[in-house]
Formats: sequence, C-alpha cells, structure tokens
Amino acid sequence: MTDKLAHFVSQAPFNPMKVDELTPEQEKFYMASQWKMMWWRLRKHRLAVWSGAILLVLYASILVSECLAPYGLHTRNANFIFAPPQEVQLFHEGEFIGPFVYSLDYKLNMEILRREYTDNKNVVQPLRFFCRGDGYEFWSLFETDFHLICAAKGGTFFFLGTDRLGRDILSRIIYGTRISLTVGLVGIILSFILGISIGGAAGYFGGWVDNLAQRAIEILRSIPELPLWMGLSAALPVNWSPIAVFFGLTLILGLVDWPGLARAVRSKLLALREEDYCTAAVLMGARPRRIIYRHLLPNFMSHLIASATLSIPSMILAETALSFLGLGLRPPITSWGVLLVEAQNMEAVELYPWLLLPAIPVIITVLAFNFFGDGLRDAADPYK
Amino acid sequence: MIDYLIRRILVMILTLLVVSALVFIVIQLPEGDYLTSYIAELESQGEAADPQKIVYLQKEFNLDQPIWKQYLLWIGGILQGDFGRSIEYDLPVIDVIGEVFVFAIILNASVIAFIYIVAFPIGVYSATHQYSWGDHGLTFVGFIGLATPNFLLALILMFLAKKYLGISMGGLMDSNFENQPWTLDKVISVLEHLIVPVIVIGTSGTAGMIRRLRANLLDELHKQYVTTARAKGLSNVKLLVKYPLRMALNPFIADIGNLLPQVVSGSVIVAVILDLPTTGPVLLDALRSQDTYLAGSFLLFISLLTVFGMFLSDLLLAVLDPRIRLTGGIAK
Repeated sequence: MTDKLAHFVSQAPFNPMKVDELTPEQEKFYMASQWKMMWWRLRKHRLAVWSGAILLVLYASILVSECLAPYGLHTRNANFIFAPPQEVQLFHEGEFIGPFVYSLDYKLNMEILRREYTDNKNVVQPLRFFCRGDGYEFWSLFETDFHLICAAKGGTFFFLGTDRLGRDILSRIIYGTRISLTVGLVGIILSFILGISIGGAAGYFGGWVDNLAQRAIEILRSIPELPLWMGLSAALPVNWSPIAVFFGLTLILGLVDWPGLARAVRSKLLALREEDYCTAAVLMGARPRRIIYRHLLPNFMSHLIASATLSIPSMILAETALSFLGLGLRPPITSWGVLLVEAQNMEAVELYPWLLLPAIPVIITVLAFNFFGDGLRDAADPYK
Repeated sequence: MIDYLIRRILVMILTLLVVSALVFIVIQLPEGDYLTSYIAELESQGEAADPQKIVYLQKEFNLDQPIWKQYLLWIGGILQGDFGRSIEYDLPVIDVIGEVFVFAIILNASVIAFIYIVAFPIGVYSATHQYSWGDHGLTFVGFIGLATPNFLLALILMFLAKKYLGISMGGLMDSNFENQPWTLDKVISVLEHLIVPVIVIGTSGTAGMIRRLRANLLDELHKQYVTTARAKGLSNVKLLVKYPLRMALNPFIADIGNLLPQVVSGSVIVAVILDLPTTGPVLLDALRSQDTYLAGSFLLFISLLTVFGMFLSDLLLAVLDPRIRLTGGIAK
C-alpha cells in the first residue's frame, strides 16, 4: 500500500464539543455570581462609583470625627464670636512656609455695634499636623487629645468661621456628620424590615392580609409625609434624653417610610409565588417564612437595596428639616439640621453668611446618595 | 362608572375617617394638653393661673373627658360642619383655617401648574434630542434640582435676594398691603410674592417629572409603530404628537397621586421659612402648643386635599385612557 489516503485527515486530537466551549473570559462572565456582575455593571457607571467613594469617606469619617475636627464639639472661643472663615495661605511675603493662617484682629465697632475681624498680616500662625489639641474620649475607651490638624499654639484656625458662641463651624459640621448620616441608616433598616415583612406577608398570603396591608399603605400615603413627621416628632417628650430623642426620631422616620418598600415587595411576590420552584418548595413542606426569605426575596433583593439607597437621602433631609424647625434633634446632639437652626435668622445670615455652610454637606450627601442609588438600580439587573 | 364613583367616594370617606383617628392620636401623644403647657407658661412668668378660668376652659374644650370621647365629640362636630374651636386663637377653627387654607390651595395649585408647564416641554425636548448637549445639560440641572432640599433652596435664595438685591422675600404680600381691602395692586403684589415659593417648592417635582416623561417618551419612541410611521413619511411633529406623546402622558397624570403629597409637604416647610401665611407656620404653632382641634383639622384638611387630588387624577386617567377599565380597579 503505497497510496496514502485520498483525503487528508489531521492526526491532532479533536474535540467535537469545541464550539460549545467557552473562552476563559466568557467562562468568567457566565459563571460570575449576580453580585459580581452587579459590581461590574456599577463600575462602568463613573458618577455612581465616585459618589460611592464620597459616601464611603463620609461614613469612614464618622469613626474618627474627634481626630478630624480641629476643635472639640463644645469648645467655645469667647474672644472669637462670629469670626469669619480664615483662609489657609501657603506664601508669606513671597516666601513659602507651608500652610498657615494669619492671626485675627478683633475690634468692636461701636458705631454699628458689630464685631469686626481683620487679618493681621504680621502674625503668621502655621498649622500643626498630628498634634495635641482639645481632649476627648475616643470611642469612650480612653482619653486622648490627638488631632489630625490644629491651630498654632495660642493661635486660631477657623476654616469655616465660628458661630454665636465662638464655636468652630468646621468641627461642628464634622461632628454633625456622625448623627446626620446614621439617622438615615438606622431609619432605613427599620423601614426595610417593616416593608419586607408587611409587603411579604401581603404578597404571599393575599386575601384579607393583603387587603389589610393595602389599606394601611393607602392611608399612610394619603397623609403627606412632612406634616405627619412633624406631628409625630412633636409628640416626642421634651424630657427625653437626647439619645432617646435620636432613636425616637429614627423610629418615626422608619415608621412613615415603609409603605413604598412594602408595595414593591408585594407586587413582586404576587408574581413570583406562582412560579414552579415556589410550588416545589411548598410541596417539600417549607414554611411560608422560609419560602419568602429563602426562595422569593433573593430574587429581587438587589432591587430592594437599590431603592432603599434612594430613600436614605429623603430621611437625611427629613431629619435636617425637622431639626431645623425645632421639632427634631436638640442640642447637645449636633446634626447638620441642628447647625442650620442658627441660619434661621435672616439678619444673622446676612451679616455672617458662613452660618449657611452646613447646608453644603447636606446637598453633597443627598446628591451622592442619589447618584449612587441610581447606578445601583441600573446595576441591579445585570442581565439586561 | 356611577358604581365606581360611589365606591371610590365611600373608600375616600373611610380613609379620611381612619386618618382623622390617626391624626387625633398623634396629636394627643405628647404628655399633657394645651392647658398644662398654658399653666406652665403662666407660672414661668410668675403669674398664677385663675382656677376658675382653667375649669371653664376644661369644660369648654372637653379636656376633662377621656381621649376617645374627645375624638368622638370632635369627629361628630366635623360631620355637622363644626370643626371645634382653636384654644390658642379662641376662634372657631374654620375661621383660623379659612383664609390660610385658601392661600394654601392657591399656592399648591400654582406649584402643580408650574411643574406641568415647565416639565412638559423640557421632558419632550430631552426625549426627542436624547444624548444631545441640551439633554445632558437639562439632565444635570434636573439632578441638582431633585437633590437640593427645597427648604435649603429657600434659605439660600432668601439670603441671595437679601444680600444682592436688597429685598426681603418673605411674606405673601408687601407689608403695606396687609389688612387692606383687595385691590389690583394687592393682587399683583401677592402674585409677585408667589413666584419664589412656587419655584422653590416646584423644583424637585419638576425635575422628577422631567425624568419620568423623558423615560416614558423614550420607551414609546423606540417602538415599531414609530418607525413605521416615520417610514411612511409622517412629519416629525405630527408623528410625535399623534401617538407617542399621548401614550407617554398617562403616567404624567397618574403621577398626581405622588406629586401632591410631595408638594403639600414641601409647601409646609417652605412656608415656614419664607414666612407665608399658609399651612406651614400655623400648623407648626398648633402642633407645638398642642392646640388639638386646630392641628387636627389642619392635618385632616391636608389629607383631604391629597386624597381628593388622587381621586381626581384617577378619574382623569379613566377619561383620557379608555383602555383602563374601572371595574378592575385602576392605576394598580
């Protein structure tokens, strides 16, 4: 047999299933968990990522507020009442000496009865970093007086000015972050639990449970939120401790907010409970509780989280508004809304516009939450 | 239709009854009542309260009765058109609320009108010019508008107006018109003062409305019938107005239900800041001083406004969209 075969046959191993096989990249994509895909989707949404980063920084800051703030929450500088913001300079008479502020000269103008502050260009007060300043108790564990940044010894550093008691506004905003940001979180957790339980029961059981829940939701929705919040927070006893008022307020925020979430959960469950796997679970003897939490909720958990993220800012705003009206938190608890109470008096704001500055972190936070929640909502359905 | 109407109105009345009970409980939650704070206030001024007057007030306002009885007396009165007396103003509630409430309705109606008039063209433009510079710009502005809390906006605007224009924006009319008979000048002054609150309250609603209209219209514009119509050579305007716009309008109307509570809420707090004699300041005072009947009637009226607005929007929707069957329950 000298003849070779009439046609060429490759001896190389051949896998007939090759067409169906996935490249490593494809495999990574198809095998990825839903959360991983959400993360990939979210990463593409630039604005959402940046907003998330800002929120992360803000929330991280509440762990170490005391170190970040140059002054203590209640430190009064009796000689510097309504001092204007001090500008941070780098060059003194053309010479570089690092970040510093000029000292403030104070004069009481008897003609118009106003305090007048001017920069004294002769006295340079270099800022100190990693320094010792006002003492505080760190996480109520130990006493310390470490600060990230402080004024020069004997000098002042009011980056955003001071209020009517000579308290540093920047420090107070940093302390206020702690309360303002946690109010929303605690409130949303409560509203989340209520919304899932009530909406879940309504959607899963249907019938009179559903009817009852629906009516309750309708009734709550027909009272405009803010007046309801106002009424409820006016009901908080005046003699409660500030901490109790704080939790009372979050309770109120959560109690008024849940209908929206409950509605979403209910409508989803109504559709999902007819699915085959749900029937299978019922046949295998799973209890309603297990079916709801284990089989049904994970289907749209990501959606729920996204919409919860979107309702945190409204809680933060509600706290700010209520505190601003004097119905929410009261000093000594300090939130951004409490700080803004000082800005209620237009005459004062006209003379000392820096009293309005606590509005800026409110707007930044609300914007960040909105963008982040928006990105999250888009990412919540990664299979689109 | 008649059946549906009757059922709807019955549900509305029932809802309002429950709301009234809820509201009454909420207002009664704080310890004590108006009298205890009244006595405390007198004592802090070093005066002793006249025991006879206290007893008289207690009788007059049924404060010596248990809460459920107070509630029944109040709700019974309302059903007969008597809203009780405001303790603080010593006037029938209806007299205190009357004018204030007319202003509140004018304000809220103007805000809704503002939202629709502004949101409609912008939403349509944004959708038809998707991803153009105009669209991006408007989206950005809309986001800022959505996120900026309206009471902060009011504060900042007031500050800017005072600082740079030297005018004070508060109040509903120039001070020299107060307590004057209604003249054309007075009406104009009121309208001038309405502009800022309307914009401030309406901003977030407008931004939200633009987003929704844009999204809805975009959904419609990508459907096949639009392509078909375009292929057949229909002019752009006609194509837009004839079908997609009408479809996109549905949620626009159904949204009143969401919009109204938001606007009413917004107007309460903005009114406090801008010192408008509408619901806000009076409600705040009434809540603080536990003027039960005044605060209760107020909250009830606000809810009535909301519930009625939702009812209207449902009706309007049913009229405008024949696909919606009333029997199956609408807008679900």
